[in-house]
Formats: sequence, structure tokens, C-alpha cells
Amino acid sequence: MTEELLVQNKTVVVPGEPLAEGMGFLPSKGTYRDHEMIRAKRLGLVEIDGKVIKLVPLSGCYMPKTGDVIITQVFDVSFSGWRLDTATAYPAMLGVKDATSDFISRGADLTEYYNLGDNLVVKIINVTSQKLIDVTMKGPGLRKLQGGRIIKVNPNKVPRIIGKQGSMVSMIKFATNCKIIVGQNGLIWIDGTPNEELVAVNTIRMIEHLAHISGLTERVKTYLETQLGKKIEEVPPMEEQAYTPAPHPNYGEGEREHRRPQRYR
Amino acid sequence: MTYKTRVDGRAFDETRPITAKVGVIKNAEGSAMFKIGQTTAYAAVYGPRELHPKFLQNPNTGLLRCNYNMMPFSGHGERVRPGQNRRAKEISMVTENALAPALDLKDYPNTVVDVFIELPQTDAGTRCAGICAASLALADAGFEMKDLVSSVAVGRVDERILADLNYDEEAYQCEKGVADIPVAMFPNTGEITLLQMDGDLSRQELQEALKLAKKVCQKIYEVQKQALKEKFLGESE
Repeated sequence: MTEELLVQNKTVVVPGEPLAEGMGFLPSKGTYRDHEMIRAKRLGLVEIDGKVIKLVPLSGCYMPKTGDVIITQVFDVSFSGWRLDTATAYPAMLGVKDATSDFISRGADLTEYYNLGDNLVVKIINVTSQKLIDVTMKGPGLRKLQGGRIIKVNPNKVPRIIGKQGSMVSMIKFATNCKIIVGQNGLIWIDGTPNEELVAVNTIRMIEHLAHISGLTERVKTYLETQLGKKIEEVPPMEEQAYTPAPHPNYGEGEREHRRPQRYR
Repeated sequence: MTYKTRVDGRAFDETRPITAKVGVIKNAEGSAMFKIGQTTAYAAVYGPRELHPKFLQNPNTGLLRCNYNMMPFSGHGERVRPGQNRRAKEISMVTENALAPALDLKDYPNTVVDVFIELPQTDAGTRCAGICAASLALADAGFEMKDLVSSVAVGRVDERILADLNYDEEAYQCEKGVADIPVAMFPNTGEITLLQMDGDLSRQELQEALKLAKKVCQKIYEVQKQALKEKFLGESE
């Protein structure tokens, strides 16, 4: 029985493309076994880790996951809460209990809290198999957004925009004096002066475009410096950033499933 | 008199020149252009999105919905009346059936994925060009797929089995008549997902034609693969 790799690490493959032959290899995320062959299940970048072969997706829509912080918009108000548009195929439900610690009496007008069209930063607390999404607003940084603008980026590039421990986004924040919140669903809220907002938007677009390049932080720094005409010194450590979620553990190394279960925290 | 040379001087197993490009429509989730000779197909994928009316929703899986549309002045003959007609409905349906076996939408219950196929210019082989473009667009949109789908029309003009008939060949007047067989298949496994026939063929001729279709689909697959990889060329290190 032959056993060989048919592609190199970090190459782009298309669905159905053979990646490896032989039972010695293990198909992981984004790949499947077809008899002796391991094939790609979607368009992506091959990542070979010993005998395990997986794909890093380059495109595709956002899949809601428990614990993700996302930016949403209220599109319906019911008796028991608000329905939110998550920029996916599925709406999210924000119950009264999860919305605020205020006392809200029965039958109160919920639009006094959040009205149609309001943008909210929320955290996903539960996703069912049928993709019913429950969200909460109890947590640091989860709030209603006022002013600013919202842009949409490829959700697969979000980890890159946030950077390691939020390094990339805090650099943009520091350089442009903008308030920025990055939702895992690919929506980004930016608030600052019009000029600075524009620089921030362009920078984010650049990161989205060049997400695959290594040493991007340096490049972004030079870009920001030329755009703003000032030197970026030390970026202060993050405060008030608890809402910026940690980079997707899925990106690069390590599987999301390997994260510590909630009960140990 | 037999059909000795093809109207446009191609070899019998040769397709018209093919160009494919991915990511041509910015606002779509995924998109592609597939041009074969004078036939041009654009495909755009939108979704997954909420499916209405609600009774069509499937809690087990997402739904694929294709829309094939020939533009009013795209063909050789008179202006095609815009909008749906019986032919377009049929082709939309067979396109859906040709693509669905490749696609896995289990992760998106109750939703729909819309594929719009537009043909600004046509010269026979439109459903095949549409399927090729649509499969590229779906891959570009990042859906899970078993394989790409490659498609080509093969046929018989007089005594000859040919690949990728153009309109002049489809309308060729000869004693034995013309048969036209659009085929779509998974290029890696050879599974056939579309097989239609217009005209008639003997069993032997059909077998020969399918053998040719398989060979040609492999070539088309290479073009498709190349087009997808070109878009993401910068992404590999």
C-alpha cells in the first residue's frame, strides 16, 4: 500500500482535490476520506501536522459559536425580549433577563430599552443544533452602540484583524483614536472623527486583503504612520478591552475543541 | 456525405477555448465567470439565508436553489422574452440536481443557498457552462463540497462523435441528424450528475460519447481548478 502526501503544506486546494493517499493519514477539519484517499471538502489552505491533515478555510460565512462576541441589530421586539439580526442566516434571541440587570415589570414597553434598528454588542451563550441563538448583554463591554459606523469584513479574517491578544486592533485604536469593536461575525464598529474613521476602515480593509502575509503588524504600523503622519510609539497595554474576544483558537494551530470546558474556569 | 471537418476547424475531441474567473461579482458570497467559445455564463451565490415561504424549510439541511437565465439578446435567433419560461425552469432544475450531490448544506438547516446563473451571450452548451460557473461560485463561497462539478455537451453530428457542440453544429442539417448530450460529472470520481439527450443514438455511440465526455470534463476541471487557485494565489506561502 502506498502512502504519500500529494500536496505541500500551506497550499490552496479546491474541493475534491486529493491531499494524501494511504490509511496512515488522518482527515481532520475540512477534509474527508474517500477509500484510500484523503480529499479536500472545501476551498482552503492545507495544514499538515504530522499525519493529520486539515484545511484552514479562506472563505465562507460565519457559524455562530458559544462564547463569541458579535455585533447585531434589533429587528423585532416581542413580549419576552428582542430578536437580533446577526448577519448570518439565523436570528438571535435576547431575553429580558439577559438584557439588563434593571427590573423590568411585566408588560413594560421593551422599546424603551432597545428599539428597532439599535446596534448591540452581545455575547452568544447558546447555539442549538437548529441554530437557535441565545445571546446575553451581561458582561464587560457588551452594550448598545451609539454613533460610529459598522463595516462588514470576511469573518475568516477576523482573527487576523484582532491579532495576538488583540495587538492589531489595539494598535489601530491607539493610532487613530477610534473606538473599535470587532464582532466575530465579521461586523466591525468604528467610532471617531471622520478622517480617523476613514484611516481605520482602510487599515482594516488592508488587513483583510493581506491577511495571509506574515509580519503584517509591521506593515500595518508603517501604513498607519504614513497615513496619519505621526510616529506610533509604544502601544499601551489594553484596558477596557475585555470585550475583544481572544483570537480564534482555530486560526493557525490548535483545535477549538481542545479548549478547556467551561466548568473548569 | 459525412461530417469530415468541424465548422470551426476544431479536432473532434477538442473544446472551444475556455476562460474561467472566480470572484467577479463583489457583492455575492461567491461568484464565477465561465466562458467556452461564444457561450458566457456568470454565476453568483447568495446565502445561506433564511428561506421563505417557511413551509419549504428543511430542518435537516439547507436547500440549493438555482436560477438559470438567458439574457434577451444573448442568442442567435430572436430576442428571448425576459423572465422565466418552461425551458429556463427545466434547466434551473437540472442544474440544481447536478450540483446538489456535490454540496453539503447540513450545517445550515432551514436555510437556502441561491445560485443565479446569467448568460449574456450564448452559442449552445449553456447549461453546461452554467453548471461549471455555478460549481466554481459555490466553491468560492466556501461551502463544503465533495468535489467540483465539471460539465460539457458531447454529441453526434452525422457519423461523428464530437465534444462541445456549438450552435452551428447543433443545428446542422444532415441525413442521420444530430444528437446532443449534456453531461455533468465529478471529475475526481467520474460520477455523473447530469445526463440528458436530444436526438437519438445507438448504444455504442452513447458509450463512446460518454467516454469522450469524461475525458473532456477532466480538461475542464483543470481550468476550473486553475481559476479557483488564481484568486487565492497570494494566500499560499
